[in-house]
Amino acid sequence: MYLFTMPMNKARKTIVLATAAAALAVAAGAAAGTNLSLVAYSTPKTVLGKIIQAFQQTPAGQGVTFSQSYGASTDQARAVANGLRADVVFLSTGDDVNLLVDQGLVDPNWSRQADGGIAADTVVVFAVRNGNPKHIKGWADLVRPGVQVVTPNPFSSGSAKWNILAAYGAERRLGKTDPQATAYVQQLFRHVVSQDTSGRNATNTFLSGKGDVLITYESEAQAARQAGQNLQYVIPRQTMLIELPIAVLESSPSKNVANTFIRFVKSPPAQELFAQYGFRPVDRKVLAKYADRFPSRPGIFRIDDRYLGGWRRADKVWFDPSKGRMAKIEQAVGGPTAG
Amino acid sequence: MARRAGLRSVAVVYLLAVLLGPLAMVFYRAFGQGVRPLWVALTDANTVHAFRLTLEITAIAVPVNTVFGVVCALAIVRRRFPGAGIVNALVDLPLALSPVVVGLMLFLLYGRTGWFGPSLAGHGVQVLFATPSLVLATIFVSLPFVAREVVPTLRELGDEQEQAAYTLGASGRQAFWRITLPSIRWAVVYGVVLTTARSLGEYGAVAVVSGHIEGKTETATLRVQDYYENFNTAGAYGIAIVLAAISVLVLLALTLLRPKEGA
Amino acid sequence: MTTFLSVVVLLPIAALVWSSGSHGRHAFWSAVTAPEAVAALKLTLGASLLVAAVNAVVGTITAWVLVRDDFTGRSLMNAVIDLPFALPTIVGGLTLLTLYGPRSPLGLDLAYTRTAVVLALLFETLPFVVRTVQPVLHELDREAEEAARSLGAHEGRVFRSIVLPNILPGILSGVALAFARAVGEIGAIVLVSGNLPFRTEVAAVFVFNHIQSGDENGAAAVAVVLLALAFGVLLAVGGLRHLATRHERGT
Repeated sequence: MYLFTMPMNKARKTIVLATAAAALAVAAGAAAGTNLSLVAYSTPKTVLGKIIQAFQQTPAGQGVTFSQSYGASTDQARAVANGLRADVVFLSTGDDVNLLVDQGLVDPNWSRQADGGIAADTVVVFAVRNGNPKHIKGWADLVRPGVQVVTPNPFSSGSAKWNILAAYGAERRLGKTDPQATAYVQQLFRHVVSQDTSGRNATNTFLSGKGDVLITYESEAQAARQAGQNLQYVIPRQTMLIELPIAVLESSPSKNVANTFIRFVKSPPAQELFAQYGFRPVDRKVLAKYADRFPSRPGIFRIDDRYLGGWRRADKVWFDPSKGRMAKIEQAVGGPTAG
Repeated sequence: MARRAGLRSVAVVYLLAVLLGPLAMVFYRAFGQGVRPLWVALTDANTVHAFRLTLEITAIAVPVNTVFGVVCALAIVRRRFPGAGIVNALVDLPLALSPVVVGLMLFLLYGRTGWFGPSLAGHGVQVLFATPSLVLATIFVSLPFVAREVVPTLRELGDEQEQAAYTLGASGRQAFWRITLPSIRWAVVYGVVLTTARSLGEYGAVAVVSGHIEGKTETATLRVQDYYENFNTAGAYGIAIVLAAISVLVLLALTLLRPKEGA
Repeated sequence: MTTFLSVVVLLPIAALVWSSGSHGRHAFWSAVTAPEAVAALKLTLGASLLVAAVNAVVGTITAWVLVRDDFTGRSLMNAVIDLPFALPTIVGGLTLLTLYGPRSPLGLDLAYTRTAVVLALLFETLPFVVRTVQPVLHELDREAEEAARSLGAHEGRVFRSIVLPNILPGILSGVALAFARAVGEIGAIVLVSGNLPFRTEVAAVFVFNHIQSGDENGAAAVAVVLLALAFGVLLAVGGLRHLATRHERGT
């Protein structure tokens, strides 16, 4: 706009316009005929399909074809680590992206990009029975006598790690010490009646009638509701922000186009689509627009919170298969020495 | 007669509880929202491709395992070589491996850092996340059935007829085609049916090695998982019904084609 | 045949065994003797043996009914026996959950218990004994039975002395298959058992969890032990058959 209000002679204007058009044409032309491989986790399949279509309508996305793969986040990461061709990955935890970083497939500085490398967010929520008969509002309610909890197993489902860290982080936020908060998690697991191998299976368990409360994610609950399932949920005051990372693969032969796509995913049109399909946009303006659907909470915290210390630390402390806290908790709750 | 009715009711009650009940539920769920969502799900381009891929894989795995099964059974039963008992147990072993482990093993062999992965990749051969690994996984998990069916029948039959044929001047091949094969026809039929059904329904190992690339490496069972993940019950159960129907058709075709039973 | 067997079966298993040992004997041993692993292995073995035994009896009865009996619906029954295979395991699990879970129309709630593990396995292994006994029954020479009956033997005696020894190899074959399958089954179980460590977690789920959390060597170790145990049982079943049919050999 500034260009056109400047006092300029006609020739210059024409040259500028022509150059801009040429640049666009080159960008569009350069991208046309490219095929991008998108490897993502399962829940965003529908919204990513829409975002891809929208991207293909833009000049930069004209003529770009996509090959799409959806599966459990950690499975997808491992597949890419074992040779599955990918240009862009969109996973459910930074942990899974770190798996690729460790293999040299993703730039270690991926989380230093705009928005910390995150494309969308969601939060940990409690799905409850209709009418919330057991009046479940916060984490303390989950360990009341008689309350049965459903949550996926963090060892089989990478996404389930969010649930554990949310429980621990919430307690720390409420002022408990490290040992007290860890004891809470152990207490919580005494109430767990099913440890499914994935978030979706846990949702299925809950929908089949088992348990009083399901620890799940807002995006999952919204997806269920949009599919016609009657799933009521509550967002506790202290809850964890689940940040969904998107990253480009270093080995991608079409890095420029891949990065263009990633930028598009973080742009308002795509963020609007995320919001419509149950994901919290990272774009603040769009998030504000959908504030009714995504209520804020005073106690939202992130993986980088000082009580958690980021993925690498949390992984080591909590999820080491033999020495981590979860392994000890599982043994204490179910093992031969359990009460 | 009373005994007969008694046995019959045991079988029927058991089958009702363990098999027919769940099957009825599959139909109920598939048609639960009417025919339209089912139709939309089944005619989706990626789903049609998935069916085609599954049938291609089955069309390779079944003949391979049938030939292997018959040859292996003959070797185990007729040729008393040392270690026959071990080979016999080895043939069943693929079943004992959890499908996830099968996937892991294929990663160990053909992955980016696997035993053969890098050298194969150097020659432009892609095994994982492409059809070859799907075929390998399917062959592996459906390996034992034909052998397992044929072995007991061969033992039951003995080889007198073949011996008689040899003394009459028949060659090994003639004896095989004219005498052995017809006498094990039921076993081969059921073995093929089991192998086919298993290949159609294989999920776990294939899920690990396929890469889930829509329109390329998704088999029908992976589409079921896909529909399930997206709460599309009609689609998930609908595909299951088609797979079941294919399996039943194969059984019917084979039992109708077999030479009639007779004295 | 041996090349095929080696490439398709032995090579992957070799890779697995190698992986399980690649962190040393100590790591292998501690992975395998971890309390959770032991509990999972015990549950798997117990459930698989139970299921194999149930199948031996009911599978034989079903095969008998399908071959010797005649009633309306028999062909239909025969046609659907293989469906537990053709259906992806997830479908089996989901339908069992609907039928026998918290919202069961039958009023039963067996889900998230060890019973659910057995139920899922019974579904997945149903075709085995039936299909291995059927062909043998088809080929069975009825003359010996007729002769025995005409000599005054009652049905039970005829079955025990004449039919059973002949179909025993078939039964044992099916039992071996059912056991092997039960040991490795995961797809239907994960949906109905709740996978609670030390209580309803089977070995396959334990292995799966360790693969998922990056402990591939630990997973391989337990998988190898499970494989060895299964191999042992399969050899034993083969030996049983050898013993049971020794009257036939030596011609």
